[in-house]
Amino acid sequence: MADHSHADDHGHGHDHGPAFHASFRDYATGFILSVILTAIPFWLVMSGAIADKQIAAIVITAFAAVQIVVHMIYFLHMSGKIEGGWNLMAMLFTLLLVAIVLSGTLWVMFHLNANMMPTMPKADGMG
Amino acid sequence: MSTAELTGRYYDLHEHDHPEGASTALGFWLYLMSDCLIFAMLFATFAVLGGNYAAGPGPKDLFDLPLVAVNTSMLLFSSITYGFAMIAMQNGKLRQTQAWPIVTGLFGLAFLGIELTEFRHLIEEGAGPQRSAFLSAFFTLVGTHGCHVTFGIIWLTTLLVQLGKHGLTAANQRRLMCLSLFWHFLDVVWIGVFTFVYLMGVLR
Amino acid sequence: MIPTHSHWTPLLGRLGLDAIPTEPIVLVTFAGVATGGLALVAALTYFRLWSYLWKEWFTSVDHKKIGIMYMILGLVMFLRGFADALMIRGQQAMAFNGNDGYLNSHHFDQVFTAHGVIMIFFVAMPFVTGLMNYIVPLQIGARDVSFPFLNNFSFWMTAGGAVLVMLSLFLGEFARTGWLAYPPLSGIAYSPDVGVDYYIWSLQIAGIGTTLSGVNLIATIVKMRAPGMAMMKMPVFTWTALVTNILIVAVFPVLTVVLALLGLDRVFHTNFFTNDFGGSPMLYVNLIWIWGHPEVYILVLPVFGVFSEITATFCSKRLFGYSSMVYATCVIGILSYVVWLHHFFTMGSGASVNSFFGITTMVISIPTGAKLFNWLFTMYRGRIRFDLPMMWTVAFMLTFTIGGMTGVMLAVPPADFVLHNSVFLIAHFHNVIIGGVVWGVFAAINYWWPKAFGFKLNQFWGKVSFWCWVPGFWLAFTPLYALGLMGVTRRTRVFDDPTLQPWYIAAGLGSLLIAAGIGAMLLQFGISIWKREEYKDESGDPWGGRTLEWATSSPPPEYNFAFTPKIHEIDAWADMKAAGVQRPTDGFRAILMPRNTWAGIVLAGMATVCGFALIWQVWWLAVLMLVTVVGTAIFHTFNYDRSFHIPAEHIAEVEAARTAQLAALNKGAAA
Repeated sequence: MADHSHADDHGHGHDHGPAFHASFRDYATGFILSVILTAIPFWLVMSGAIADKQIAAIVITAFAAVQIVVHMIYFLHMSGKIEGGWNLMAMLFTLLLVAIVLSGTLWVMFHLNANMMPTMPKADGMG
Repeated sequence: MSTAELTGRYYDLHEHDHPEGASTALGFWLYLMSDCLIFAMLFATFAVLGGNYAAGPGPKDLFDLPLVAVNTSMLLFSSITYGFAMIAMQNGKLRQTQAWPIVTGLFGLAFLGIELTEFRHLIEEGAGPQRSAFLSAFFTLVGTHGCHVTFGIIWLTTLLVQLGKHGLTAANQRRLMCLSLFWHFLDVVWIGVFTFVYLMGVLR
Repeated sequence: MIPTHSHWTPLLGRLGLDAIPTEPIVLVTFAGVATGGLALVAALTYFRLWSYLWKEWFTSVDHKKIGIMYMILGLVMFLRGFADALMIRGQQAMAFNGNDGYLNSHHFDQVFTAHGVIMIFFVAMPFVTGLMNYIVPLQIGARDVSFPFLNNFSFWMTAGGAVLVMLSLFLGEFARTGWLAYPPLSGIAYSPDVGVDYYIWSLQIAGIGTTLSGVNLIATIVKMRAPGMAMMKMPVFTWTALVTNILIVAVFPVLTVVLALLGLDRVFHTNFFTNDFGGSPMLYVNLIWIWGHPEVYILVLPVFGVFSEITATFCSKRLFGYSSMVYATCVIGILSYVVWLHHFFTMGSGASVNSFFGITTMVISIPTGAKLFNWLFTMYRGRIRFDLPMMWTVAFMLTFTIGGMTGVMLAVPPADFVLHNSVFLIAHFHNVIIGGVVWGVFAAINYWWPKAFGFKLNQFWGKVSFWCWVPGFWLAFTPLYALGLMGVTRRTRVFDDPTLQPWYIAAGLGSLLIAAGIGAMLLQFGISIWKREEYKDESGDPWGGRTLEWATSSPPPEYNFAFTPKIHEIDAWADMKAAGVQRPTDGFRAILMPRNTWAGIVLAGMATVCGFALIWQVWWLAVLMLVTVVGTAIFHTFNYDRSFHIPAEHIAEVEAARTAQLAALNKGAAA
């Protein structure tokens, strides 16, 4: 009966208990994946396996991104199904904002520093 | 349409109680999203100030990656054990639901202990939060995460007492689930910390 | 780690007898406030109202009562903030030709800082939060918000922040930094006193309340809508409330972080925003505006919703372009995150960055313009009733448009280099905030007052207030536009150029006219309460409303709806009236409602004391309070019994009285 589920145009309703069902498989998969995804970047940096630092940075960032997704799916049980998709939407919106805030701040501050804070004056002196 | 039919069309005449806590999962998630932005700002601050050593020590001089790796594993173990608690809760096994979080809490304490050791070590070396903007940003970001873990452990302890008193009631299940979200969320933040603060720092 | 202060003692921290200000103006104010406060306490005690207030209001979790308390808080702080405004205007009108005015710089700097902080955080925010609290649950056919206890707690945190700001008047001082407290000026080196600490902790405490109230209202709107109310059938005010609260949850954490970092710099001598050791004051400016710009939309979006409701009601037709209104609101919500740099074009981030943020700022005027056209098209060929709410709406539309246009001027980076930090900017943001937010709140008060209290407001004094406020606003701020174009900077205490004085005198007269408007409004409230029997509205729907709040009695019963309405159309109540639906008059069931709780006010009170201790660096008290807050909060979680049933018989009684009331009203109308 959708009758007594309050405010529901999404057709779920009885979410009185936990909002998701976790299985041992989920947690085990998540754990194994995250161990691997943690170990590799640590090894990469500690062994210096990738000589080019920029490439190394990109690679470990990629590992972090994948691991975050793994945690989201297997530990936080993120999916479009729980809470009628509102949780997922809230998270995607937050990610958008985090991206705006981080990239915007870096962009703005890089230019501000470049223009206003010449920390390394040239040898002939900038006055 | 008769008056009565019309009334029935526009009013819910056979309503039941709306149980408490139907919004809790969503509300708590929204809170976590705002927390996520707190960390985002701290990451942004670290990203901007992280290279300003003020002629002081940098990440390469300070960070002990094997120790960070051990610390990371503590957090990972605490996550999986909390996952076992959730499974036990779903199966209605009170004893296991009480036991696993204790393991989680111990791993959490181990994590905090290692972190505090690291902090003490840095401060003793003269690399305290006042030394440079890089260290201010480092201590604040990592410390805020640590404060969250501390709060998580306090919460977990409270919840264990409440489980003992009331068992696996709907309210307690909701609370366990919120703590699960909280704990795993801290894990996700830690991925950012070890990647962007420690690993990237040593790469720099 | 503890900063060494000349007179820091372990017991009282920085607190000493010298914390009590000696300036005559402050002392007179203090005497006035103390006398008034004592009189109020005496009156409450004499009439034995304490227990009533505690039981029915302070500990209440009823969203309607909390909404009203927010409005009262906003009104009280509005009077304080406006007193600051009058002082600024008076000083600036006088201080020419060698006259130093009556405010020294120490005092003047506090006054303009307090004016800004109070008006934004403790006037505009409580007003819009109060409106959303009162109206949203009613509009979506709910009986309360999702987290009623949290709602009470949020209110008291906001009130706690306000208490700290007020306290700074009489104990120590307030910040002298301008309302955003830019470092390095706000750093410990240049502001060693407690002023900035008052600023930081009052905003932190209020900010926690605001964030939690945002979470609460989002969850309420998402989870507690009446059956059938799809997202695109929600009233426009609820829509704007939803987007507003999303903005709140997303940006108030930013403010929390920035202020926390500033506090760390001040107390623990970290180096985030310092000039040396690698800190960057520019980072503070960047970060705080990431909060600051969305904040102005947090204030203005709800009143856009208010104006939408009022326009539709007083033109007796559906709002023109409902879906475009919704999309415009969402677009404004997103765009408000990518414009923050326009507050510091002149800081020097260069052409590429400035042009990006200039363009996004200009783009944001498009959805806002779309809203204006929607209101105009709603009025077009409508049967417009010019009651007070509609009068404020029309005044808003004219005034806000001009404010918006000067905003677009400021969005052009080269123009901004001329106008930055001039009084042109002051004129611009007062133009949008007074013309938008403040008048929107006045419109809302006139519109929903009968719903909240069961009687209408006096029209005459309302109109007097209106005709003082609107010309008063223009008289007060048009001179500032002119002065700003001449290059006069903001926050100036004394002037060298005597030719500017006539402009400032005109602005001062404008502020006096506004003062008359505020006086008339207080009179309007007073007379209406006095003659409440005469202005009584028993219908519950005095304006021919269109949304669900008008389906209830005025004031609504504590459970709002005996039976939850089912929604079929936008403007659910108009739909029900058109269909001729009768209220159900029997078959009532018991209703589960949240219990009142002491926890909100007690926890917030402890947090406020903790803030006070942190300001004065009374560390033992701060730690003690922190531990007590956590302990009390944990203790509160052991209370599992948080709701009770209102028995069906009680509901039947209340509803029967309502039925009789309506029947008498119909009979009266027929006779």
